[in-house]
Amino acid sequence: MRRYFARKVAIYLLTFFVAVTLNWLIPRFMPGDPVLRMLTRTSVSNPDAIAPMREYYNNVFGLDVPLWRQYLNYWAELLQGNMGISVWLFPAPVTEVILDAVPYTLALLIPSILLSWYAGNKVGALAARRRWLDNTVLPLGYALTATPYMWIAIVLAWSLAIIAGIFPVAGGYSFDLQPSWSLVFFNSLLQHWFLPFLSLFLVAFGGWAIGMRNMIIYELEADYANYLEALGAPRRLIRRYAFRNALLPQLTGLALQLGVLVAGALVTEIVFGYPGLGRLILMAIQNQDFFLLQGAFLFIVIGVLIANFVIDIVYVLVDPRTRTGMTGGAA
Amino acid sequence: MSDLARAAGEETAPSAGGEVVSAPAVPLATGPVAAAAPGARRTRDALHFALRNKKVVGGGIVVLAFLALGLIAPLFYDYGHSEYVGPQSSGPSGEYWFGTTTFGQDVFLQFVHGIRSTFLVGLLGGGLAALIGMTIGFVAGYIGGLVDEALNMLTNIVLVLPALAVLIILHTYIGITSVPSQALFIGIFSWPWVARAVRAQTFSLRTRDFVDLARLSGMGSGAIIRREIAPNMSSYLFMTFILLFGGSVLFAATLDFIGLGPTGVMSLGLMMNNAVHWSALQLGLWWWFLPPGLGITAIVGALYIMNVGLDEVFNPKLREM
Repeated sequence: MRRYFARKVAIYLLTFFVAVTLNWLIPRFMPGDPVLRMLTRTSVSNPDAIAPMREYYNNVFGLDVPLWRQYLNYWAELLQGNMGISVWLFPAPVTEVILDAVPYTLALLIPSILLSWYAGNKVGALAARRRWLDNTVLPLGYALTATPYMWIAIVLAWSLAIIAGIFPVAGGYSFDLQPSWSLVFFNSLLQHWFLPFLSLFLVAFGGWAIGMRNMIIYELEADYANYLEALGAPRRLIRRYAFRNALLPQLTGLALQLGVLVAGALVTEIVFGYPGLGRLILMAIQNQDFFLLQGAFLFIVIGVLIANFVIDIVYVLVDPRTRTGMTGGAA
Repeated sequence: MSDLARAAGEETAPSAGGEVVSAPAVPLATGPVAAAAPGARRTRDALHFALRNKKVVGGGIVVLAFLALGLIAPLFYDYGHSEYVGPQSSGPSGEYWFGTTTFGQDVFLQFVHGIRSTFLVGLLGGGLAALIGMTIGFVAGYIGGLVDEALNMLTNIVLVLPALAVLIILHTYIGITSVPSQALFIGIFSWPWVARAVRAQTFSLRTRDFVDLARLSGMGSGAIIRREIAPNMSSYLFMTFILLFGGSVLFAATLDFIGLGPTGVMSLGLMMNNAVHWSALQLGLWWWFLPPGLGITAIVGALYIMNVGLDEVFNPKLREM
């Protein structure tokens, strides 16, 4: 088990290292000069002013030292939690801006991921059992999982919010409220949360239901299922074993899906104008706020790595083979 | 990428680590396929069952219909997809089948152009991802040892790296100008689960007798992979490509929707972006934002259904489920 975790953590640290390096590398080696772009943005009319401004910016961004120094400086700043100053929300530090948005994104992601995984697995397992349910769940599941996240968000916003008027269309809370610990504010928060949550839930649900249904069918072909059947075990019991075995790949699937789910949350937030990371990224792109964009990128990477690690721990808890070091199979 | 990753989890059952916990539940061909004659018969057999499988035929018809629409329909128009041609914000009519935007652009024309780029990005992005993933999977699985360790490390890193976040950064700095370059980047970041799955399969095939025999007869590694191992999982590779195709389409739609798509090219994601940006929801211009999403869902959904059907075709045990 120790080897299992050591391996995992090594990969996550390495991934983090690669992500940070990419983050540092891309702006520096891409065609185009970021400083020049900032200068043109400010549209200085006096040509004499350009040279000192250029020098000033080079100094501010630390571009006047050798590359390896820049790279080390970048790490040093990062480890102190300093990701620079946002251009869009000048002069707020990027870390602060992002930390304000992260709770909204997490509030969408965590419940939708957990609930869709749970419900999808249950429904999928049921569907593998009953033909009529299978005939409805399967096409529906495939339709849902093929739906782009933003489109389902658009459809929900249009039908339930604009036409039916049941839910608010945009924002994290009502515009006439100030964030506070009151019941009114909480209620508004909940109302604005529901539709983005629902769109994330629906798309992910389809995927899990199909996954579980297919896994169960494969599991029921396995030797242990045949053996149990030959022994005369009740079908319920065989199903239960199949379900528990099918859960393991679904758990791996969850780890693999994290990136996609985060991507889904980003675009859903954009549709609903929800004040999370997605809207922040959109604003950063529109305002050419590269520090904010890169900060958001690192936050997403860190979040995905932490979630992966949590899933690893859960995996060890549910799969005794990893605990005893019996990794099974080759490699 | 949408549920590619889930598909990987579902079809190959790798453990969260590099270790394979349960045996891959993938329809592997039961016997070795080497000579040309049985190969041809197998293909004929597969075709026989495929044409009788409702899922394959139905999905195939939907996909081909959209492909034909995207290829042919734009030819009948003598104006561009972004030109202001009609009345503003008018609903579907005989002249403008899907109505017009707030600027008087023809939504149907935008839609068919969008389908074109959808197929292009799926084909190129999915194709590239398949190529990279299979190459790495075959090499890692067949050669093993240190090469395997290194490639496995690479695969795991790209696997946990959230691809969309990387693509957002790349796209913002580079500024994508064409669909192929968008597909290139999508392909570069969506191969890992394929590599993993193919590696696991190659692993189980490389100790079989017919592979040993080929090795004894002095065949090179490349030839063994190409002629002995790959044909034995051709059905699986084909299905992998279909999933990658669908994933690339969804990926591109997401990027286009954020506004990071290729400039000057109409895509279904960009249509949704425009519709949301110009308040089509509030104005009730449903003909502007419903078709693009419906188009993507139909194409990708049909591909997935086709995939289930193909699974049944290649894996006889599933046929009578």
